[in-house]
Amino acid sequence: MDSDAPVSFTPFTGEDSRATILCATCGAPISGSSGVAMCQNCIRLNVDISSGIQREATIHFCKGCERYLQPPSHWVRAELESKELLAMCLRKLRGLQKVRLIDASFIWTEPHSKRIKLKVKVQDAFQNTYLIQTFEVEFVVVYAQCPDCAKTYTPNTWRAAVQVRQKVPHKRTFLYLEQLILKHNAHKECINIREVKDGLDFFFAHRNSAVKLVDFLSSVVPVKSHKSSELISQDIHTSTKSYKFTYSVELVPICKDDLVCLTPKLAKSLGNISQLLLCTRVGNSLHLMDPNTLQTAEISNQTFWRDPFSSLADVTELKEYFILDIVPTGETFGRFTLADVEVMRASDNAQFTIRTHLGSLLHPGDDALGYHLSNSNFNDANFDGLTEANIPPVILVKKHYPRRKKNKSRNWKLKHMGREESEMLPRKQDQDRAERDYELFLREIEEDAELRGTLQLYKDKKAQEAKEAKERGDGMDVDMESVAETEDGGAGLPEISMDELLDEFEEMKLDADGDHNM
Amino acid sequence: MAVRAQFENSNEIGVFATLTNSYALVAAGGSMNFYSVFEAELQDVIPICHTTIAGTRIVGRLTAGNRRGLLVPSSTTDQELAHLRNSLPDAIRIQRIDERLAALGNVICTNDHVALIHPDLERESEEIIADVLGVEVFRQTISENVLVGSYCALSNQGGIVHPKTTIADQDELSSLLQVPLVAGSVNRGSPVVGAGMVVNDWLAVTGLDTTATEVSVVESVFRLGEGLKPGDVQEGLRDTMVETFY
Repeated sequence: MDSDAPVSFTPFTGEDSRATILCATCGAPISGSSGVAMCQNCIRLNVDISSGIQREATIHFCKGCERYLQPPSHWVRAELESKELLAMCLRKLRGLQKVRLIDASFIWTEPHSKRIKLKVKVQDAFQNTYLIQTFEVEFVVVYAQCPDCAKTYTPNTWRAAVQVRQKVPHKRTFLYLEQLILKHNAHKECINIREVKDGLDFFFAHRNSAVKLVDFLSSVVPVKSHKSSELISQDIHTSTKSYKFTYSVELVPICKDDLVCLTPKLAKSLGNISQLLLCTRVGNSLHLMDPNTLQTAEISNQTFWRDPFSSLADVTELKEYFILDIVPTGETFGRFTLADVEVMRASDNAQFTIRTHLGSLLHPGDDALGYHLSNSNFNDANFDGLTEANIPPVILVKKHYPRRKKNKSRNWKLKHMGREESEMLPRKQDQDRAERDYELFLREIEEDAELRGTLQLYKDKKAQEAKEAKERGDGMDVDMESVAETEDGGAGLPEISMDELLDEFEEMKLDADGDHNM
Repeated sequence: MAVRAQFENSNEIGVFATLTNSYALVAAGGSMNFYSVFEAELQDVIPICHTTIAGTRIVGRLTAGNRRGLLVPSSTTDQELAHLRNSLPDAIRIQRIDERLAALGNVICTNDHVALIHPDLERESEEIIADVLGVEVFRQTISENVLVGSYCALSNQGGIVHPKTTIADQDELSSLLQVPLVAGSVNRGSPVVGAGMVVNDWLAVTGLDTTATEVSVVESVFRLGEGLKPGDVQEGLRDTMVETFY
């Protein structure tokens, strides 16, 4: 009927006309169309597509930092049986690029066996036949110290060192400097910090980092720095040389509240100021003040080192005085007010009438600390040259807040830099002195808001918890005690408000525990 | 009879030797092992000539010949030609061909009656081939391969062609050649049968890798075994397979 219906026609494809040949190995008749005279089963049996792939390999692992070496020089942290480790292992396998990777997984091994086993599935085509093959690869974990760890463990790998020194008997400046460095992260690239007599040594892997620290130091305190270099090796053919650099940084040996006696010449050049001065601040330069006239002078870094002088007396020689009467003269300069004050020495009740710059701070009945000059022997040529009339019997330096307890728990704390102590253990008295210096430094922070502004203080969780626990405890006792406390320490004892404190971080705890990790 | 041999770790026997019913050419190798295989079978039967062609050892690929003559490429030196003339019987005509496709063994596949040649061979060459070898010449391809000499091993009894050759092509070729053809392989599945073996009417030399199956195919198609015909492959196969397994 439908004469125009399409007639099905199978074109001659030639597929059937392929000759039948015998498989070369098993003799089974197969079609010759594949071009290779081997049946698929024989190809699967005979062809090993994984033959070019390593079955055993080593992988390097640094015990110190628990990282694996990713060639050529990358060290990567990876967990056992993690994606990262798998990728690293597969990248290590030579010959894997020639085939197609289908699957890879870990075979569990004992972690202590130091073996990592992988099951790898690869695919490849051999003469029109796809072959999939699964095989195991064993990695041996070999220990190798990474260069970073090697650097930290080897003592002499530093390239540059900064030796910071201050020739004073106390550590206050260094405690302050430590806080400054921490705040500005100036020690970030430091390999090692070592405490030595009169100062600290900072070690760096690169010279630039050392220069950075020196620059930082010279921007915050008056310093004298000196650079010296030691030739380690040189290649005369390429004229390359390697040096070790040492920067010797000396801080001015004058601290805040120190008494100084200038040379007559210097005093004259500073606006004919009195020779006997009190250091009020050490910033980029030295700030000096005459407590009798409120006249101030600023000695720059260069001026100081042109004609260096040392302090006459420092805070350890301060004596306690009671204020009996105080009459302001009306003259003020900044936060200082000049006043005539009648004081009584705490030790022997001797009374003096002197002039002080602390007129705004002191009230009758307060305690103050000051230098007693009339019966002190100073071994200083400039001081000897002063006439008796120019030397007041007492110079008050600061207000004194009597503390009820020696170790009153503070609700704040400071961060610490981990550092390596010098080889010998400090003597008992050195330790005591260090503790006393630290306590003094903490008090100073409490008393001086200006100083506090330049530092970072952290909340002490432990102290806070203890306080809360106390408050939650039996209420009556606490009330009594708190009343007693307010009575006792209530004489305007400076407290740091919680707003000024920073929350501490985990990382900080590590540092506080003296962990070596800088 | 079919024997297995190796030329300096190479299984490609047809590259290093030419075998006809009246002479054999063998390349000069590092050792005499290869030569010895031929000598063991052919000594006192036909002359075996140890030679190089154009200074190379690939004599099988550079020359083509049969019972009546031998064709060598134009790059053959006079010394080599003289050596060949001295070594071979005078009845065998030796002729240099000035042909662009100088690997004559790859482009000419011949027995004593018919020759298949590369389609691009020059007309003069074709005439020389017909004249020197005394054969009918056909320009052909084997499963679309122009190198007929590489993909076909031929004797007066039969021939093996590339395994991909279709039955239609085989029929066409065997009607030209007037001998039975099979598709097959040598040297454990290598499709380059012409270069992988040499054969004449009573001897085939294949590579050492050639499997028992392949040898049985070779023996049956070239009628080398005792009373073997092309259809008898399966009977002989059992024995050779047993031989390889034990």
